[in-house]
Formats: sequence, C-alpha cells, structure tokens
Amino acid sequence: MARSNRKIFKYLIPTFIILLYVGYAGIKVVYANEPVKETQQNVENVVADSSVNTAETSAEHKPAEEHKEAKLDAGKLIMEHIADAHDWHIATIGHNHISIPLPVIIKDANGLHVFSSSHLHEGEVYQGYKIEEGKIIAENGNDDFYDLSITKNVAAMFIAVFALLWIMLSIAGSYKRNGIVAPKGIQSFVEPLIFFIRDEVAIPSIGKKYEKYLPYLLTIFFFIFFNNIFGLIPFFPGGANVTGNISITMILALFTFAITSFSAKKEYWIHIINTPGVPWWLKFPVPLMPIVELIGVFSKPFVLMVRLFANITAGHIIMLGFFSLIFIFAEMNTGLGFGVSIFSVAFTTFMSFLELLVAFLQAYVFTLLSALYFGMAIEEHHSEEHH
Amino acid sequence: MELVKPGIGLLFWMTITFSIVLYILTKFAWKPILNSIRERESSINEAINAADNARKQMESLKADNEKLLAQARAERERMLKEANEMKDSIIAQAKRSADEEGRKIITNAKDSIEREKLNALNELKTQVAVLSVDMAEKILRKKMDDRTQQEAFVNDNLKSIKLN
Repeated sequence: MARSNRKIFKYLIPTFIILLYVGYAGIKVVYANEPVKETQQNVENVVADSSVNTAETSAEHKPAEEHKEAKLDAGKLIMEHIADAHDWHIATIGHNHISIPLPVIIKDANGLHVFSSSHLHEGEVYQGYKIEEGKIIAENGNDDFYDLSITKNVAAMFIAVFALLWIMLSIAGSYKRNGIVAPKGIQSFVEPLIFFIRDEVAIPSIGKKYEKYLPYLLTIFFFIFFNNIFGLIPFFPGGANVTGNISITMILALFTFAITSFSAKKEYWIHIINTPGVPWWLKFPVPLMPIVELIGVFSKPFVLMVRLFANITAGHIIMLGFFSLIFIFAEMNTGLGFGVSIFSVAFTTFMSFLELLVAFLQAYVFTLLSALYFGMAIEEHHSEEHH
Repeated sequence: MELVKPGIGLLFWMTITFSIVLYILTKFAWKPILNSIRERESSINEAINAADNARKQMESLKADNEKLLAQARAERERMLKEANEMKDSIIAQAKRSADEEGRKIITNAKDSIEREKLNALNELKTQVAVLSVDMAEKILRKKMDDRTQQEAFVNDNLKSIKLN
C-alpha cells in the first residue's frame, strides 16, 4: 500500500507543477507574442479566469488606446478574480475567450427574467439590463430589482455540493450494503475525518448531547472543506472563490448562530443578562456587562464569517499575486518574465500546499468554533465555576 | 468595498443549497454512516471484550491445570514417601522380630543346654556315687573280713565323731 502511495505522489507532484507551469506559461506566451498591442483589459482577460470585462474590452479595438494602457493592473486583476462573475471564464486562446455563460435570473417589478448571460456579452443590453464592472445593473439606472443569477460562485458551489453529495451518499450506500466491515476506498479517507469531527470536535466541545449537533458539524466541515479544495483547483470545475465570498460565509455563520440561539438553554440567556461573578454595579444602573455579552453573542458568528472569508480570499490573492509578478516583470522584459516565472511557480506551488493545509484548517476551525458555541449554549450550571 | 458586500443572489442560493445539503446529508448520509460506525464500534468492543474474556478463561484454565498438575505431583511425592516409610518400617520390624526370635531361640538353646548339662552332671554324680559306694562296699567288704579290722574301723570313725 505504502509503495503504491509513494508512486502516486511521485507522479502527482510533478504533474501538478507541470500543469501549473504549462497553464500559466502558455497564457504568458500568448501575451508575450503581442506584448505592446494588447490593451490592459485584454491582458487581464488573458490572465484571469474571471469575468470578461465586456464594457472595457470593447474599447480594446480602439486603436488610439492601444499604446496608452499597456500596463498590467495586478490589483484590479486579482480583485476581478476574487469577486463573483456572471460567466465562467475557462481560458483565452488568442483573442477567443472560452467561457461558460451562466443563467441570469432577475426578479423585478415586472416579474422574473431568466436568460443566458451570453446576451449581456460585451456590454450589450438585454431585457433592460447590462453588466457593468461584473455586476448587473438596470439600463435605466433603476436598482429596484433582485439579482438571483446563477453566478460563477453559485455554479462552483453547486459543483462542489454535487461532488459532496455524490461521495457521501455513495459512502452511506456502501455502509448499508457491506454492513460491518473495515472501510474501503474513499470510505477510508472520509471515515477518519468523521471520527475526527466526532471525537476531537463534537464530543469535547459539546459533551454528552453531541449527537444532536453532529450532522450539522459534519455538514459544515465537509461543505467548507470541499469548497476550499475546489477553490484551489486552478481550472474549470474549481477556481472560484466560493468560501472566500462573504455571502457564503455569512450564511454559514448565520446557520451556526441560529442553531446556537435556538438550542440555547435558559442558563445561557441568564448568563448574558445577569452574568454571574461580576460586580452588581457593572449590571445595574448602566447594563454594561449585558451589553458586552450581547455584543459577544453577535460577534461570535461575525468572527466566524470574517475568518473563513479572509483566510480563503488571502490565499487566492497571494497565489494570483505571485502570478501577476510574472506579467509585471514580463512587461519590462520578456526574459525577465521567464526568469521570475520560475520563482513564481515555485512559490505558488509552495503556497498551494500551504493552502491545502489552510483548506482543512479553516474548515476545522469553523466547525470547532461552531461546536464550542453549541456547547456554551447548552451548558448547564457550570458557569459559576468558570468565572 | 465591493469585496465585503454580500450579494443577494449568492445569499439566496447559498441558503437554499445549504439547507438542502444539510437535510439530505443528515438524513441519507450522516445517519446511516454514524449508525454503521457506532454499530461497528460496538461490535469491535464486543469482540475485544470476548477475546479478553476468552483469554482470561484460558488463563484460569491454565492455572487450574497447573494447580492440578502440582497437586498430582505432590500426591505422587507423598505416596512415594509413604511407601518408603512403610518399607523402612516393615524392614525394621522384620529385623526387630527376627532378632527377638533369634535371641529367644538362643536363650532356649542355652537353657536346654544348661539343663542337659545339669542332667548329665547329676547323672554323672549319681553314677559316680553309685560306683564309689559300690567300690567302697567292695573294699569294705574285703577289709572287714576279720573282726579286728572291723573294730579298728569303728573305733576310728567313733573317734572322728566328737560327742558334745
């Protein structure tokens, strides 16, 4: 077993490095062939697997601007990648952007509008809407509508969720089928994680009543873990910054908050209103401690939200920053770009491994903190001893 | 800032998706998986306990066997010792009784020899007395043929007898 594992690693790591290199160097060569003629926007489109900035790409054909904006705006490029998009950019070969158009769903006063984002390509207006700066806006400036589009992040989340459901349900099936036997295949990868969440997270944090919360903890752990891992894959099924999006982490944190609040025992609320072990003058005329405790109640999920968002986003920013270095240096000199690319790829490879760790760690931290909050909410009578 | 502004669409889809995922996984994945894991754990625990019990039983059996063996060995020792003692005592007794018997025989023999000797001596004495009396008679007869001699003899004898 150990030997075959080593064999896999022997091939996997070089393949990964080569893919990274070929992927980005290939784009770089495309760019290097037309170093000056390209406008800034086109460079971005070549580099980033993010949205086609349609409004500005149209400007690419104006010859007057060609030489003016040859500089790469790394910050803008990175931000475009980090943010959401209405189509899924896969690659750019020459001037052809290969991207998957995603459905646009808009709810406004006239009802529901559902159409493909390809209608909004290059700043076109369709059914009164257009894309500007990656966001859908109404042509008439009216912002009384809800954009419920399946964006890149939503689609990426669906893919990750589909993979998650498929794997977990097939594992559940094999448990049912095989009865009580030693785990096999993917089962033996997932099972230690389940044990880990149960024995190291749920039981120590929550205590005896852990079983009620275990399904939720397992779900958030694997949801975050899968989305993190998919976010690290640099091409199509992954690459989106799902768990690095504040909306996603906000909903996750809200779920934790809701479960904490709804399962909280009387002691939990009493603890907040009348914190034991605190002098009365901190509570009575001015309810200082209750206010502080109440802020704590809301800051806990807030911190959960920000931590996951910031960690994953930072990872993506660092990776893209390294790759942007290649193009920044290539603008000065093509050879310099090649030289820097070696270091960039090496660093990004290193960062990829670090991000693999972070992907696990952040999923773990989110789960652990959720479990701790549940534990606090259902704790009984022990509070006096702790203060 | 655009980055930290949650989008309504993503919030909407995330809520729906996550709820569905939570429901499906809880119902169709975590429940059976956790149940099977629990069952397996309990069966492993049972198996370990059973093995432990079996080992303990084996140990007690082994201890029993050893005890029996030790008992048997002790029994054998005891029997051997007893037999030895019995043998020694029998030999000693036999020796003792043989000695006694011998001694008795010897004493008897000695006694009878003594008796016989005494008898023989007595016989001899009687014979000698008879003979000497006979001889004396004969001699006397011869000597006492004449009267003077008879008188001399009687006188002599009378002289030797002192009358008080």
